[in-house]
Amino acid sequence: MIDNLTQALSMVASWELLLVVLAAGVYGIFIGSIPGLTATLAAALLVPFAFFLDPLPAIASIITMSVMAIFAGDIPSALVRMPGTPASAAYVEDSYRLTQNGRGALALGVGLVASASGGIFGGLVLIVAAPQLAKVALLFTSYEYFWVAILGLTAAVIISRGSQVKGTVALLIGLFVSTIGLDISVGFPRFTFGSTDLLGGINFIPAMIGLFGLSQVLRNVIHPPEKALPIRIESKGLLRNAFSTLFQYKKTAVGGNVIGSAIGTLPGAGGDIAAWVAYAVTKNGAKEGKQFGSGKGHIQPIVGASSANNAGVGSAYIPTLVFGIPGDTITAILLGVLLVKGIQPGPSLFDSQAPLLYSIFIVFIAANILMLPLGYLAIRSSGMLLRVPGSVLMPIIVAFCVVGSFSINNGLLEVLIMLIFGILGYLLEQAKFPLAPVVLGLVLGPIVEKNFMQSVIKTEWDLTQFLTRPMSAALMILTIIVLLYPLLQKVVGKLLRRRQL
Amino acid sequence: MSMSKIAASGLSLKPSRRARISGLALALSAGLVLSGCASGSDSSTDSAGGSSGDSCDFSSTYPSGAIEFIVPWAAGGGTDSVSRFVGLQLADRLETQVNVVNRDGGGGVIGHTAIANGKADGSVIGMTTVEITMMHWQGLTDLAYEDITPIAQVNSDPSGITVAADAPWETIEDLLDDARANPGDIVGSGTAIGGIWDLARAGMLLEAGMDVNDIRWVPSAGSAPALQELAAGGIDVTFASLAENATMIEAGEARPLAIMGEERDPNYPDVPTLKEVGIDFSMGSWRGVSGPAGMDEDIVAELECQVADIVASDEYVEFMTTAGFGVDGKDTAAFTEFIVNEDEAKGTIMEAAGLTG
Repeated sequence: MIDNLTQALSMVASWELLLVVLAAGVYGIFIGSIPGLTATLAAALLVPFAFFLDPLPAIASIITMSVMAIFAGDIPSALVRMPGTPASAAYVEDSYRLTQNGRGALALGVGLVASASGGIFGGLVLIVAAPQLAKVALLFTSYEYFWVAILGLTAAVIISRGSQVKGTVALLIGLFVSTIGLDISVGFPRFTFGSTDLLGGINFIPAMIGLFGLSQVLRNVIHPPEKALPIRIESKGLLRNAFSTLFQYKKTAVGGNVIGSAIGTLPGAGGDIAAWVAYAVTKNGAKEGKQFGSGKGHIQPIVGASSANNAGVGSAYIPTLVFGIPGDTITAILLGVLLVKGIQPGPSLFDSQAPLLYSIFIVFIAANILMLPLGYLAIRSSGMLLRVPGSVLMPIIVAFCVVGSFSINNGLLEVLIMLIFGILGYLLEQAKFPLAPVVLGLVLGPIVEKNFMQSVIKTEWDLTQFLTRPMSAALMILTIIVLLYPLLQKVVGKLLRRRQL
Repeated sequence: MSMSKIAASGLSLKPSRRARISGLALALSAGLVLSGCASGSDSSTDSAGGSSGDSCDFSSTYPSGAIEFIVPWAAGGGTDSVSRFVGLQLADRLETQVNVVNRDGGGGVIGHTAIANGKADGSVIGMTTVEITMMHWQGLTDLAYEDITPIAQVNSDPSGITVAADAPWETIEDLLDDARANPGDIVGSGTAIGGIWDLARAGMLLEAGMDVNDIRWVPSAGSAPALQELAAGGIDVTFASLAENATMIEAGEARPLAIMGEERDPNYPDVPTLKEVGIDFSMGSWRGVSGPAGMDEDIVAELECQVADIVASDEYVEFMTTAGFGVDGKDTAAFTEFIVNEDEAKGTIMEAAGLTG
């Protein structure tokens, strides 16, 4: 452990890495603070760069970028009432109302310190839990992997916001696309129409670049956003006030951290969902909870939800690194980058690549500490960030979408996939279908199928093994609990209300 | 681990790490400076056709620009690392840019098709693997060895038969006797159904006079996930080269019972070959440099000579031995004959095992 740590420290302490981390941090804040440009989009646009970096700087850039972007999503919430990333959407009303009442600096400052503390908490959970889980995962066979992937698919639909029917449809689109190509178990070509290129299936990285990158450009061009003038805020004494407020609501912050880490650990559910759940829990637990999102705005839900979304970013790396099953859409991209670099995530990674893992842990903590100064500067210059014209930004994004998808295989097929998914993403969003389930279906579909086929071929279609292996059964029960989550939520809510009466 | 050991391991990692970095850098320049290459602005090829004092310079016009070296398998795998090593050496010797490009997917069909569809002027070559003699039998593609020009073989690895450390079988005979007595109870894995290690299993059983399903096959994405299943108790035996199983064997978690080579592996002197136990069967994976069909003879001769020099070099032998791969060089004539024989042998087994499509 100590040896791994010293090796990791020497890997982290390089100028190349520090430069990459700093640049990725600035980039993350920039993208995150522009409404509509999500952290997933930022990760997708990083792909061409990540391919040319060594594994560690590539991973570090995605980590740093995502923690910064998730925080920076708070900035436009407070200034123009538009969340920068979906992870800030839960408390946009409170942030904006606080700003209108002259307390914008406090709202953003609290968002910053809560994000940093949540990120560090999530990072610590990752450091402690991941190696332990990896030991358990060494005992996993195809039955257990099957259930972990099913859990991810379930969480992607059930805990997401909005219509679960639409979430399911989006998931099925992803699952369908994942069946294109050579069947991995018995080597039978499906939906390839005799094309050699399609035998390899639809690569999910260009699909994601299209879904999250190009579709956003289409939306901006077809429906130009209204110009919103940001409110100026006074940033004097910002950090001191923020820290004392965080201390005042320390219970809420800890609650947000715990919820965020727990949700992030679930495969398929990341920071966005963590923020909504933490917001709901903070609301239920607070005296003036009913007034959240109205009046002059409240600081408490910002503490809870803002610490939860960053905690979720860290713990989403747990399923990604331990099982190779992405925790959210950002880690799905990271997974793709790792595979291109020849790194296969899974329990064996914790033996064979221990120094790399420790370096990832160090980067996590360092990125969240770096967030304080960078975030402070971002808040001070926030007005400027919001005035970057779309006519400059959009062509750049299109260029990166094309270069990024081309660089995956040096082929035009990937560019075509990106274009098709860009249009698909635009249409889906117009019809209010969520995009994340499409990606998770695409990524998890083959994992579910492969492990199911392996399991049934092993036992000659004796399905009882899925239920009788202890770990397999435990994972199945966890899946059922997630599946029943909406029902449980209603029942618990009713019970709580009855108690209050 | 002491500091000196860290330094040592850092050193031993260096060649492959550097290879990967420069490979990426090359891929970068390939992606971004395509137009630059096409316009022939290469400054390094002032003596067109390679350096003049070169004993391998059979073609006066080759190479006239950058060479694309296609790898039909994913980055990070065995074929990838061998290809990157050979690609870098070729770049040095031919004094031109060699871009190693992974064209992964479709069980090797995509990459092999890309090699076959390249321009036959030597600007597109690649690493063909044993799958070229299998995939057309399986019905995945019409592409076969007739569509490529074999240049030189660089490697081969016999299949190993490995069981978990606590498995009840001490020898390969124990395993086969058990499979005869309880047909279908033992399950093996190592590749997809119809993959090279599945054929090794089927061929061994047929040669031993058994039914092809006496040991059943569970598909997996490769030998690494199959090994994890072996360790977790999901399957009973893996079929794969011993190099792929080396870490588990050294950790004492897995035991090799036999290999399917012509002779014993010097790294595992105690592990018998199938021939020694009376089963006249050998099978393994192999890799060799090839180009599209219809290449100019002089260009083939130049590449054959260069690859042969690389395979004979100390650096190559050291690299392959460290990685656990077998060095097996064959010239164009021998490699071509070998592929024809392989193709026929694979077809026979696949037909008998019901794997043809």
